[in-house]
Amino acid sequence: MRHFGSWLLTAVLLTGSTLVQAAESKPVLTVYTYDSFASDWGPGPKVKQAFEAECQCELKWVALEDGVAILNRLKLEGAHTKADVALGMDEGMLADARNSQLFTAHHADLKSLSLPGGWHDETFLPFDYGYFAFVYDGNKLQHPPQSLKELVSRNDLKIIYEDPRTSTPGQGLLMWVKEVYGDQAPAAWEQLAKKTLTVTKGWSEAYGMFLKGQADLVLSYTTSPAYHRLAENKQQYHAAMFSEGHLRQVEVAAQLKNAQQPQLAQQFMQFLLTDRFQKLIPEGNWMYPVTNIPLPDGFNQHETPAKTLQIDPQKLGERKRWIKEWLQAVSH
Amino acid sequence: MRRRFWWCSGSLVAALILSVTLGPLTALLAQPETTSVQLWQDSYLLHVVWFSLKQATLSTLLSLCLAIPLARALFHRQFPGKTLLLHLFGLSQVLPVIIALFGLVAVHGAQGWLRQLASWAGLTLPDYLFGLSGILLAHVFFNMPLATRWLVQSLEQIPHNYWRQAAQLNMTEWSRFHLLEWPAMRRLLPGLASLIFMLCFTSFTIVMALGGGPQATTLEVAIYQALRFDFDLAAAGQLACWQLVLGTIVVACYGWLKPSSPHLTTTSGQYVRYQPHALLPDLFALLTGLALFLPPLLAIFWYGLQALLNQSWQQSLLLQTTRQSLSIAACAGLLALSFSIGLLLTGQHLSVRLHSPQWGRLLAGTGSLILLIPTSVLSTGLFILLQARVDLFAQGFWLVILLNALAALPYTLRALQEPMQDLLVRYDRLADSLGLCGMSRLRWLEWPLLCRPAGRALALGMIFSLGDLAAIAMFGSDNLQTLPWLLYQQLGHYQMAAASATALILLLLCITLLWLVEWLASRNEQRDPPSLLE
Repeated sequence: MRHFGSWLLTAVLLTGSTLVQAAESKPVLTVYTYDSFASDWGPGPKVKQAFEAECQCELKWVALEDGVAILNRLKLEGAHTKADVALGMDEGMLADARNSQLFTAHHADLKSLSLPGGWHDETFLPFDYGYFAFVYDGNKLQHPPQSLKELVSRNDLKIIYEDPRTSTPGQGLLMWVKEVYGDQAPAAWEQLAKKTLTVTKGWSEAYGMFLKGQADLVLSYTTSPAYHRLAENKQQYHAAMFSEGHLRQVEVAAQLKNAQQPQLAQQFMQFLLTDRFQKLIPEGNWMYPVTNIPLPDGFNQHETPAKTLQIDPQKLGERKRWIKEWLQAVSH
Repeated sequence: MRRRFWWCSGSLVAALILSVTLGPLTALLAQPETTSVQLWQDSYLLHVVWFSLKQATLSTLLSLCLAIPLARALFHRQFPGKTLLLHLFGLSQVLPVIIALFGLVAVHGAQGWLRQLASWAGLTLPDYLFGLSGILLAHVFFNMPLATRWLVQSLEQIPHNYWRQAAQLNMTEWSRFHLLEWPAMRRLLPGLASLIFMLCFTSFTIVMALGGGPQATTLEVAIYQALRFDFDLAAAGQLACWQLVLGTIVVACYGWLKPSSPHLTTTSGQYVRYQPHALLPDLFALLTGLALFLPPLLAIFWYGLQALLNQSWQQSLLLQTTRQSLSIAACAGLLALSFSIGLLLTGQHLSVRLHSPQWGRLLAGTGSLILLIPTSVLSTGLFILLQARVDLFAQGFWLVILLNALAALPYTLRALQEPMQDLLVRYDRLADSLGLCGMSRLRWLEWPLLCRPAGRALALGMIFSLGDLAAIAMFGSDNLQTLPWLLYQQLGHYQMAAASATALILLLLCITLLWLVEWLASRNEQRDPPSLLE
């Protein structure tokens, strides 16, 4: 019994001390994002530092696999979510995200945006953009495909791409293939399935496998080689430029309707368009900034698509049907 | 006086188990749009069902075809390390799948040992780690040792004089296999095959990690995807129902095919083995078995030790996760232990004191109900049932514990059943006549006799929840990590150094617990480790 008494005392003291700590600590802004954004090598830590310097708060990243995983997680959590802001969904998910009715207006001034094609959404705020592309190692692959059709029809290639149900690049490829092939998409998927090493859940998984030499090409971005050039001083990685054009991806952030810290969330949304945030994008997230920020040298001289494909918002509602089509085509 | 409440513990636990299993099931069945037509109209889902059946059949056949010659070789040949090897084979029953995956990737992956060896010899190997071939490889890695141990046991039960007679008659290799060994093994094969089929049919982790896309997906994985990828409650519910139906058919076949009892005579002591038969086939079987089984285990130790020494891993994350994992496992083990004690107390009062063994059996049977329902089905049901009412990710810790405890319950029940029954049959009247009751009865009679079996049951329960991925995959979050879940994520991101440290820690924990189980069992009762899953 004596022991029990001392246990009890310790437990009470511990609980007490955590309560005191909680009372002293700053308010916490919780942001759901994808893991390559929040990781040590992504822009996350610097964004945290910059925002905390001006908000008197603590910024907490919750890293999920991908943009799609963020939205699905928010749907699962419903009204119980701890998230104040979701950062990292993309254009292709807008219809779905809007239907979920989880988000509220951003109230940011969109005048400073220099996004090609413009942007007028009151809920979803763009914070960077890029173009999907297949990336290859020039030392290993001498003759990269010149078009999506060549990639699909050639038989000497091994590729990795992401699952369109769980990741934004995978979804991008889904729309890209639909754009290029139209009704012939299922046949193209079937052909692609023969040269697919694996379909991964998210981008980091796929890119990690590609860097380990598992495949010839991986679905990523036109700006990925810039990372190898600038951060690693490696020149051999390139994006295969396709004659059909490249699909643009705009990444967006949105504030949760049920945010626990609505004011901080608003402040964070405004912060996304400031120079302090935007200048962390090119060499942090390896995407293009959405405002007029000078790009680092050697960033966009190569590999700017000659032709840009844009997602037709009218077609976004068909996403579910396309995924079903993909599932059936690749599982045969 | 003190026996007035004998029905309390058992009925409480049984009620809890029934509500936690049948509640979610009802929730699944009550999902709108749940019609059986959809499945047969959806060619993708048909493909999933077909693939689940195909891979399970192939895995079963491959495992058994390799296990039969391997068991013969192990039975006929004496070599140093044979006992150790058989012990290691026992590990495969409790080894968390995710660790084995790490080992398999390290040996068979793009930078794996085998590929390095091949390129050194000037060869290039095809990709086989993803898709059906990878799944089969992993399933054989797990189930070949399991089958081998069972078959070796069946061979050991062939009476000595049969061997002598075979030698006197100068039987050929074939006729000895045909007349002696095959009949002994054949008795076990149907039960063994259906057990392996069931394990492979409900395989989750292996398929999720090595499937490599929609071509190679099992029902179990499709349920998870429908929930976590598509947020399609109706589809998840419907798939879970199908999983349940197909699983029940397999379990029913298992019960139907299960041999009455493989234990014929015990052959203890050394006897002369007449083994003039060919060395080559035995050597071949042994080497194939070892080449499949040992390298992944060695890789875990090799890379794990390197990572721990280099400190190329996040110390704090690993420590915190280990702590969380252990506390989940300990809580789940304790819960499973108390559930079993609760069920057995009432059940055995019914069967021993009130002489109605059928009611006692029925009560104990509720504890094994969970074997019919895969954890993924259960967690899907709980998810659907609770998601509108409770913050599932905040309560994840308790839900994971509850699900793990239920999954471990059949094993803890089995570990405690006999010792508790023994105690009641042998000492009940003596204790009553001495007036031993309440605390003094517990202190002087029950505790000394039950502490070992209870410890063994606890350790068993802990092992099973330590390796769980199905429950944590459903309810895990950034605040709730376990070692298998961490390892899964690290493998996914190709953080191999960190993954090797995690894998080694998890492996060591499992080995320690398994050793504890066997040590606690060794003095108390003679039970062979294969009975873990029997």
